[in-house]
Order: sequence, then C-alpha cells, then structure tokens
Amino acid sequence: MKRKILIVDDELSVRKSLEEWFLEDGFAVETAEDGTAALRKMDVGPFDIAVIDLKMPGMDGITLQKRVREIDPNAAIIILTAYASVQTAVEALKLGAFDYVTKPVDPDELSSTIRNALRQRELTEENVHLKEKVTELGQTGPIVGTSPEMLRVLELIRTVAETDSTVVIRGESGTGKELIARAIHAQSRRRFFPIVAVNAGSIPETLLESELFGHEKGAFTGAQYRRKGKLELAAGGTLFLDEIGDVSPKMQVDLLRVLETKRFTRLGGNQEVTSDFRLVCATNKNLEQLVADGVFREDLYYRVNVFTIRVPPMRERREDILPLARHFVDKYARAMGKPALPITPEAEAVLLGYRWPGNVRELENAIERAMVVGKGPAIGEADLPVHVGDHDRGPNGISLAAVEKEHIERVLRETEGNVTHSARLLGIDRATLYNKIKRYGIRR
Amino acid sequence: MAGVIYVAYLNGYAPAWADFLTEAIAESFAPEPVRRFEAELDLAPAYASERRQYHATLILAALLRRLPEAGSRMVGITSVDLFIPVLTFVFGQSQLAGAAAVVSTYRLRSQFYGLPPNEGLLLERTIKEAVHELGHAFGLVHCADQSCVMHASSYVEEVDLKSAEFCAACHATVCAPAER
Repeated sequence: MKRKILIVDDELSVRKSLEEWFLEDGFAVETAEDGTAALRKMDVGPFDIAVIDLKMPGMDGITLQKRVREIDPNAAIIILTAYASVQTAVEALKLGAFDYVTKPVDPDELSSTIRNALRQRELTEENVHLKEKVTELGQTGPIVGTSPEMLRVLELIRTVAETDSTVVIRGESGTGKELIARAIHAQSRRRFFPIVAVNAGSIPETLLESELFGHEKGAFTGAQYRRKGKLELAAGGTLFLDEIGDVSPKMQVDLLRVLETKRFTRLGGNQEVTSDFRLVCATNKNLEQLVADGVFREDLYYRVNVFTIRVPPMRERREDILPLARHFVDKYARAMGKPALPITPEAEAVLLGYRWPGNVRELENAIERAMVVGKGPAIGEADLPVHVGDHDRGPNGISLAAVEKEHIERVLRETEGNVTHSARLLGIDRATLYNKIKRYGIRR
Repeated sequence: MAGVIYVAYLNGYAPAWADFLTEAIAESFAPEPVRRFEAELDLAPAYASERRQYHATLILAALLRRLPEAGSRMVGITSVDLFIPVLTFVFGQSQLAGAAAVVSTYRLRSQFYGLPPNEGLLLERTIKEAVHELGHAFGLVHCADQSCVMHASSYVEEVDLKSAEFCAACHATVCAPAER
C-alpha cells in the first residue's frame, strides 16, 4: 500500500515540485494551498506525513501543526520554512514536529528526513498494534471444552475465521459469545488489527450513535473534540456488536447502510469516512421472531445472518463443567496469588448436579466466590453458593418435560447421536424418539 | 510501432561521448528506437539569476514543445545546473509517465567536487541518470533495490553505487506494452 503524504504550501511552484518529487518516490500525494484546505483533506483520511510551510496567509504552519496533531497524534509533521530561525524551529519541535527543513533544501537532506519520519511513523504504528495485540491477548481466554457441541463450535470458528463473512453468534446469556467473537478475530487475517467491542444493549440509542459513528467537534453540547467512533477504530480489524437484537429501528437503518457501503459520516460532520471492518455480532434473542414481530428489519437480518454459530448452554455440555471449573480455579489462583486448590469429589458432584441457568458466567462466578471464601486445602461443597448445592437435590422448579429432554440428550450423547440405539436404551420406538427430538428442539 | 526516444543535446552541448550515451540508452530500452537529436531552446525564461541555476520544470515544458511527433519521448542532456523551487539542485527531472525528461551533467562532473576531470566516469553517471529519468517517463517510481538504476540517488556517490541496469521488476514494467 502506498504511503500518503500531504504538502501544505501557499506557493504553487513549491507544491508542484514537491508533489513531483514525492510521486517519483512512490508516495500517494495530496497538496493544499492553506491550512483550511489541508484540514479538509485530512477529513477524508489520514496521512502518514504532512509537510507544512511555516509562513502562510491565514492559518500559519505552527497553528496548522497543532490542529493536525489533534486529529492524528501519530502523523509525522515536517515543517518547511524559507527563513531559518532557531526560535520557530524550537517551537515547532516542542509542539511535536518530527523535523524542520529550510527552503531550498538539499535533496539528500529531504530524502533522509522523509525516510526517518516514515521509520518513526512505522514504529509508532507497530507500537500501537502491539499494544492492542497485548491487550487483546489479555482479554481472550482459551475456549475450554471437549464436548461434541463445543468441538463443533470450534470447527465452525476455524471455518469462518478464514473468510470475511459477517457472523452471528447466538446463545443464551453467559455462554461466552464474546469469547467466540474474539477467537474468530484471533484466527482471522485481521488479527493484527484491533477487535472493537460495542454492547448495543447497554448503551442508550443517542449515545450508541456517537459511540459507533464518532462525532465532530461541536456536534453536540460537550463535544469539545473530534472523536473517532468504534467503526473507525475497528478499521482493518473486527467490530463485535453484542446484543444486536436490541438495536433501535433508526440505528438499524444506519447500520445497514454502513454494512453495505463501509462509508459513514461522523455526527455533526459532512465528510464521508471509509472504514474496512469485519462485523461479528451476537444475540440471545430470537432474531427470526423479532423480524416476524416487525422489531428487527428483514433486510438487516439477511445482511448480518450470513453465518451463524450457536453456542450451546451449559446444560447441553455437561461434560465440560468440571474442565471449566478447573480452568477457572487456575485462572483465579493466578490472579489472587493463591495455590490452585483441588475440588473435592462432593463439590464436583454438586457442580455436575446443578443446571447452570446462568451458563459459563455463573460457573465462573461460583468458582471465583469459592476461591475467595474457601479456607481449606480444597474447594468443598460449603464453598459453593448455597443455591448451587440446593437446586438439584429436589425436583423443585424442574418440569417433567425438561427432565425428559435432558435425559434424551444425555442418551443421544452416549450413543453419539444414534437414534435407533438411543430409542432401544430409552425403551421407546424410533418414531416416538424422532417426535420428541423435534418437539424439544434437540440438536444431535 | 513503439514510440521513438530522442536523446536531445541542448544548445550545442556536444560531449565526445554523446554517441556512446545514445547507444547505452538504446540498449536499456530495446526494442524502442533511440535517435540522437540536437535542440536549441530559449533557456532564458528558465534562468533564476538569484540562484544562478535553471528551473528544470520550465526546461521540461520547452522540450515538450519540441517533440517531433506524438507518442515519442525525449530526454534533454544539458551542462547547466538545474533546480526545482524547493530543492537546492536536481541531477535531472522528468514527467512521471510522460514524454519529457532532462538531465544535467553539471554536478555529475568530478571537477564540481574538486577532483580531476574523468570523462569515463561522467559518461557512466550520465547514462545512469538519463536511463533513470526516462524510467520515470515510462511510469516507474523509485526502486528499493539498491543496484537498480531506478534507486533514488540524491548525491553523486549514490549515483556511483547503483548500476546502469533495471532490476527484473522495473525491466518488466518498461517492457510491458500495457504500461506504454
């Protein structure tokens, strides 16, 4: 990709000659005759290097330099001047200019200044990406689970990560949908760029708009500076939009337009901004029902519902309960500086007996609590939250249908989905089992 | 038919090695036909008395007006010192993917650096700069390969370090009919 350079000088001959010089060097070049024109060009997209004349009518080079740095703190700025003055040079450098050259400049000096500025820019970008990567690695936990359901999910992640398709992750609250989104990003070609998460369900509509699209200075009371939105911050990477089913009808229209054109304007702005991101969204709602109810736009539904990954609830992957519990013990032992305690067989039985309606999140919270309150050499039954131990000791709150469904699921797992074999074990005929599988929505 | 490349010696400049330069350019751009050309230009408008140098862009404009036929290219060879407004000097200049280029031998001469004359070295440097500027006229930008003639050179030692040949990638671009 060509590096972009912006030349700002009121003299046409200087602009032209620098433009030709940099074009021959393989840069993409834009020129501006004054500060206002330069800022307009910066609205369209960032530049790697800005070469700015010090003395210009209207906005001078030092003021423009300040404005450029407000917009893009990482831009490498080179100040050009016809008058060598130590005072202005020091001022420019103090304000963050990369270097300062006097017109006419020796070709060798200009080449090495540009080379060094680019090197600095590359190092800054690399630093930003590495920081994001470190943060991302810190936030992405491993996906624990060897149940057939989770192995299927892992396979789907591998398949879709290589593509640029929009993904919808569906699953109950607490099943780890964001973890799945981060795993898709981490295995995709976009992994060296950021993954930016937005929870549409937790932000009021007016704030969500500014959060996603960003805003210009003065767009609304309190907007003192231009702010990039999450769509812009996700450029090159992935935008994870959680709770997409909760997005308002107006935002759905805006979102659809962005997904189709990858272009949008910041609030209060009129310049279109382009951002190349991959959308991964999640929901615990039934999107089809929302479409049928007229709450969710059908066109947006088809736009986002390209590839679906269903994350199974804890009750459908019971064999993962203990490995997950041990994983969380290790995690909190490290965080709390404690030894990784074993779990007693009695506590294991309690963990396995509970239905975990809050899914992995509830299990994690239970283990965290146990690590905090536990005083013994192992995590025992008494260290777990009271309701976990109580729940499955009696039949309270569990319907016959739920018990039947769970039992059928268990038998199907044991027979690796073999319906004939399962029907024999369950003591019912095959047709009845098929009907029950259909009625309970059981996935084999 | 491919366009002719004219090697134009400006205002009576006639170095002893002029034919050798023309032949070297012909070898670099084969099978393009290359012809020697003598051109008288009015350089007065390009002269900047305060700098005692000639504005390369204005000379390019004058060369364009002298192109014998459409589709041809011309590289002017001059002994006067060239500049563009923002730089102290240039060895040469060209229109990127255009028809005209100009090269000055003023700062390619050993005498400019206080050394004895060396016509062989001057010819070698002039070949490199002429091929380089014509390369730009064929749409090439600077090349990262340090031995390629399209590698940027902003001082004379850099001209000496690179070869007079195109690297494989640059050569392919010059030879690609679609790029013409």
